Amino acid sequence: MSEPIIQIQRLTKNFGGGPDEVHALTDISLDIRQGEIFGIIGLSGAGKSTLVRCMNLLERPTSGTVLVDGKDMTALSEKELRLQRRKITMIFQSFNLLMQRTCLRNVCFPMEIAGVPRPQARKRAEELLDLVGLADKAGAYPSQLSGGQKQRVAVARALATDPKVLLCDEATSALDPTTTVSILELLKDLNAKLGVTVVVITHQMSVIEAICSRVAILDGGTVAELGDVQEIFSHPSTDAARRLVYPGGASVSQYPSGTRAARLSFNGGTVNQPLIASLAIDCGVKVSILGADTRSVGGRATGTMLLSLPDDPNEAARALSYIRSQPYVTVEEVEYRG
Amino acid sequence: MAEIFTSAFWAEYGGILAEGVLDTVVMTAASTLFAYLIGLPMGVVSVLTQPHGIRPNGPVNAVLGWIINIGRSFPFAILMVALFPFTKLVMGTRLGLRGAILPLVVASAPFVARMVETSLSEVDAGVIEAAQSMGASTFQIVRKVYLPEAMPSLILGGSITLIAIVGYTAIAGMVGAGGLGDLAIRYGHQRNVPSVMWVTVVILVIIVQAVQSVFSRLSVRIDKRLK
Repeated sequence: MSEPIIQIQRLTKNFGGGPDEVHALTDISLDIRQGEIFGIIGLSGAGKSTLVRCMNLLERPTSGTVLVDGKDMTALSEKELRLQRRKITMIFQSFNLLMQRTCLRNVCFPMEIAGVPRPQARKRAEELLDLVGLADKAGAYPSQLSGGQKQRVAVARALATDPKVLLCDEATSALDPTTTVSILELLKDLNAKLGVTVVVITHQMSVIEAICSRVAILDGGTVAELGDVQEIFSHPSTDAARRLVYPGGASVSQYPSGTRAARLSFNGGTVNQPLIASLAIDCGVKVSILGADTRSVGGRATGTMLLSLPDDPNEAARALSYIRSQPYVTVEEVEYRG
Repeated sequence: MAEIFTSAFWAEYGGILAEGVLDTVVMTAASTLFAYLIGLPMGVVSVLTQPHGIRPNGPVNAVLGWIINIGRSFPFAILMVALFPFTKLVMGTRLGLRGAILPLVVASAPFVARMVETSLSEVDAGVIEAAQSMGASTFQIVRKVYLPEAMPSLILGGSITLIAIVGYTAIAGMVGAGGLGDLAIRYGHQRNVPSVMWVTVVILVIIVQAVQSVFSRLSVRIDKRLK
């Protein structure tokens, strides 16, 4: 379980050269363990997409090494690299399906490339479509599918060569909240069933919270924090982490350090559920909102909120357990360092 | 003009008109075939070797770009005359169908290359990246991604090429090739029988319309993005 499947050592990636050189990634070292769901989060421009493309060598690192399943990707010949890529497949934000092929033939595609005999590939593709819940769409074309269905086909396609790692590059960023949840559940399910290691690249905290066990926070091309999701979310120690963990608008300097706070995350509950008001009425605890970044999409609330908790520990505990009892909301106490 | 509707007109000119149509069709079809044999690989290589292509290669891309641009900037009538000695050397004659096909191919291959390049450039870069991420080779990406994904657009490009070549064959007719252009010049201009020229014009319009509607329909029919 803890054997690293991907080892990145001192990875640096620059684009261009001379005065226009862009330092996309600087001295990145991290291990991704076999069988885990690993998250990489950062704001846009942090280098997440470049980092994931360095893992399957769609981008060649300027320096450093990338080991996938024990093989140094940077040292492979072109042919060896093509073979190795079957072990580390990828899904994308824009799905990237072949629009002129049916779903079944899309799933067959990587097997065609690998030279799997056609009848065998068809059979496997049918099984995979069944696995992602789209057995009835085998003959449909991508343009006839919804976004979520397209991503399921892409997942089936990515699994066709029995990869050890599935890279997900903003795989849910183009999907609505409900579909996002279903795709994340699919990934979690496949991780559990097949033991495939999943690497999730996202700018959405909620995605990390939903399925990842460990996370790396990327900021300005370097790893700002790396560790267990719970740990990092409850004790963000760098600015980059705080920016991501605390909702936008929480002005950090405004409160004395040591303020007790709770971070709430809304995962698609109905918006007409007046949580803060009912907290005051039902358990008599008054809290103030330090910051919030929530939105309603199709009548469902998503996003995060930071509440300051009462100084009285009993009241604080009551508030936390009340919020915990609500559906579609997760909460954790955070150390709010101003 | 009324004589067009008499049987005497068709008895006199029907045979040569039919021959003209056949010559035009043969010249167009053969030239298009060879133009694609040369232009398609040129267009493919041009796309692959672009700075953001999957096989970036500055020098190859630049040289191809020059060849295509120079070929495209030659007016066809001048190209044909300039090629006379070369045509004679290769085909044995510079007249008739044989003499016309070589300059037609030389003129239209760069045109085809540019068409193909434009069609392939429309293929979503993400899909190409996906194929790369699965370990597809360059050849596999061309054969299984670029060409099939661009097929509706390539077919539309094919109709534009065919129609351009029909136009070129008429010019070729002016300098000794056969076909409808040749008839129009000889009868309409030199022998003062304008009715023959008008019939050739109508036939050319029909050919162009037919090519356009068949190819447009085919393009729509095979395009699975529209379903």
